[in-house]
Amino acid sequence: MSRETIFNAVLALGLLLFPLWAYVADEPFMITLATRVAILALAGVGLNIALGLGGLVSLGHAAFFGIGGYAMGILAHHAQSYTPLMEVPFLIEGTKSMPVIWLVALAASALAALVIGALSLRTSGVYFIMITLAFGQMLFYFAISWPAYGGEDGLSIYVRNSFPGLNTLDPIQFFLIAYVILAAALMFAAMLAKSPFGLALNAARQTAERVETIGITPYRLRLTAFVISGAITGLAGALFADLNRFVSPSMFSWQTSGEIMIFIILGGVARLFGPVAGAALFIALEHVLGGLSEFWHIYLGLLLLAVVLYARGGIIGTLAGREVAHD
Amino acid sequence: MTEPVLSVRNVSRKFGALIASNNVSLDLRPGEIHALIGPNGAGKSTLIKQIAGGLRPDSGEVHFLGRDVTALSTVQRARMGLGRTFQISALAMEDTVLQNAMLGALGAGRRPYRFFRPVLKDRDLREVAETALDRVGLLDHAAIRTSDLSHGQRRQLEVAVALTLKPRAFIMDEPMAGLGASGSKRLTGFLDELRHEAPILLVEHDMDAVFALADRISVLVYGEVIATGTVEDIRNHAEVRRAYLGEDA
Repeated sequence: MSRETIFNAVLALGLLLFPLWAYVADEPFMITLATRVAILALAGVGLNIALGLGGLVSLGHAAFFGIGGYAMGILAHHAQSYTPLMEVPFLIEGTKSMPVIWLVALAASALAALVIGALSLRTSGVYFIMITLAFGQMLFYFAISWPAYGGEDGLSIYVRNSFPGLNTLDPIQFFLIAYVILAAALMFAAMLAKSPFGLALNAARQTAERVETIGITPYRLRLTAFVISGAITGLAGALFADLNRFVSPSMFSWQTSGEIMIFIILGGVARLFGPVAGAALFIALEHVLGGLSEFWHIYLGLLLLAVVLYARGGIIGTLAGREVAHD
Repeated sequence: MTEPVLSVRNVSRKFGALIASNNVSLDLRPGEIHALIGPNGAGKSTLIKQIAGGLRPDSGEVHFLGRDVTALSTVQRARMGLGRTFQISALAMEDTVLQNAMLGALGAGRRPYRFFRPVLKDRDLREVAETALDRVGLLDHAAIRTSDLSHGQRRQLEVAVALTLKPRAFIMDEPMAGLGASGSKRLTGFLDELRHEAPILLVEHDMDAVFALADRISVLVYGEVIATGTVEDIRNHAEVRRAYLGEDA
C-alpha cells in the first residue's frame, strides 16, 4: 500500500468518525460541519475530473453548483407551495423527494456543462478561464433577476427534502447520505482515472498533439470530462442547498467557483482525495479562524500562497510524496 | 509502376513573406524509405505538418492511399493509417512507458470512451502495446515513468507508439536525434526491416543513417525540392553538394 492510499483511508475514516463522535457527544453543529465538508468535497471531486485529469482550469463551476442548488430549490418550492412547475403542455409538479431532485440536478447541470463546455473548450489557457468565469457570472445575474424564484433573496425551503426510509432532518442521517454519495463519487473518479477514457484524457492534458496523431479528438474527450465534472458538482449543489434549506444566487458567484478550486489546490491537484483534504482544511480554518476574526480569509490567502509556492502537491503531495506511476 | 502510398503534389505554403513550402512534390512508394533532408530552416517541419495534418497548404494537394486528404484533420489522417513520430517527443511524460504505448493501442482500437474497466487490464490493448515495446527494445522499461527515460529511449518510445497503430505509412521526424552511435545503429537496422510493413518518410540529420537506409532522397532547400533521387544521385548532385553538403563542387 502506498502512503497516499493509507492517507486516503485515514481521511475517509476520519470524516466518518468525527460526526459519529459529535453524535455521541451531542454536538449537532459539528455534524453539520462534517456534512459541509462532505458536500463541498463532492463539488471538488467534480471539478477535479476537469481540472486534475483533464487540465481544464474552469473558474465557472459555480454555474453547475448553482444549477444543482436551484434544481432543488425550485422543485421543493413548488412542492411546498402546492403549485405546479408548469401545466402546459403537460403537468410538471414540484417534489420533495431527494432521489428525484438529485436526478434532475444531475441532468440539468450535465446539460448546462454540455452547452458551456461546447463553447468554452474551443478556447484554451487564460481564455478558457475567462469564458467559464463569464458563464458563471451570467447565471449569477440571471438568478438575481429572476423574481419568481426569490431573485436576490433566494428561496427558503421550510422542511428538508425526504429520502425513503430515513429521517433527513436528523443531522447524522443526512450526513450519512452525503457521505455515501461522496464515497460513490470518489470510487467513480478512481475508476475513471484508470479507465481507457482516463488514460486518453490525461494524455490529452499532457500532449494534445500526440492524442490527435493516434486518431482521438482531444476536444471530445474534454467535453465528455467537462459534462461528467459539471454533473457531479451539480449534484453537490443540490445537497448543499438541502443542507442549508436555502438557495440563493451566491451559489452561482465566482467566489464559489474560486472556493471549489481552492479545495483542490489545498488538497492536491489531480489527487483522488485532494478535494476531501482541501475541503476539510478549508472548513476547519473557517471554523477556527472565523471565530477569531471576520477577516480570516487573509490567513487562507497566506496558506494558499505557501501551498502554491512551496507545496505544489497540496496536503496530499506533501504528506504522501510524489505520485507513483501506475503499475 | 505501383501507385504511391503517399503523394505530395505542388504544395505551397507562405508565412507572410516567408515561403516555407514552394511548389513541393514528392511521393512515397510501397516498401521504400524516402529520406527528406535539408539544412535547418529549409521547411522540413512545415512540410511534415502539411502531410500529417495540422497545417493546411495554401495550394497543392496531399494524397494518401489514393484519396485527397488535404482537407482532412490530423485525427482523420491518423485513422486512415498515417503513423507519425515527433521531432520533439510528444509523450505523456507523467505516465509510464506502457501507458504511452497503450494510448496508441487505444487510438488504434478506436474505443476510448469506456469509463469503467481499468485500461491496464485490457489484454488485447496490452498485448498490442507490449509487442510494440518489445520490438523497439523497451519492454524491460515498461513500468518506468516516461520522464525518467533517456532522450534516446524517448525516441524509441515514439516509434513504439507509432507501431501500435499498425500504420499504412510512417512519417518519422528525426528519430535518430540524440540516440548515440549504438542506438542509432540499432534503430537503423530496425527501420530497414520496418519498410516492408509500411513505407517510411524519414526526416533525418544523421547522414550515415540516411545513406544506409534511403531508397530515395529528396533535398529541401528554402522550401523547395532541389533534387530527388537515389543515394548515388544525391551524393553526386552538384547543386546539393553546394547547397547542403557544404562542399565546393
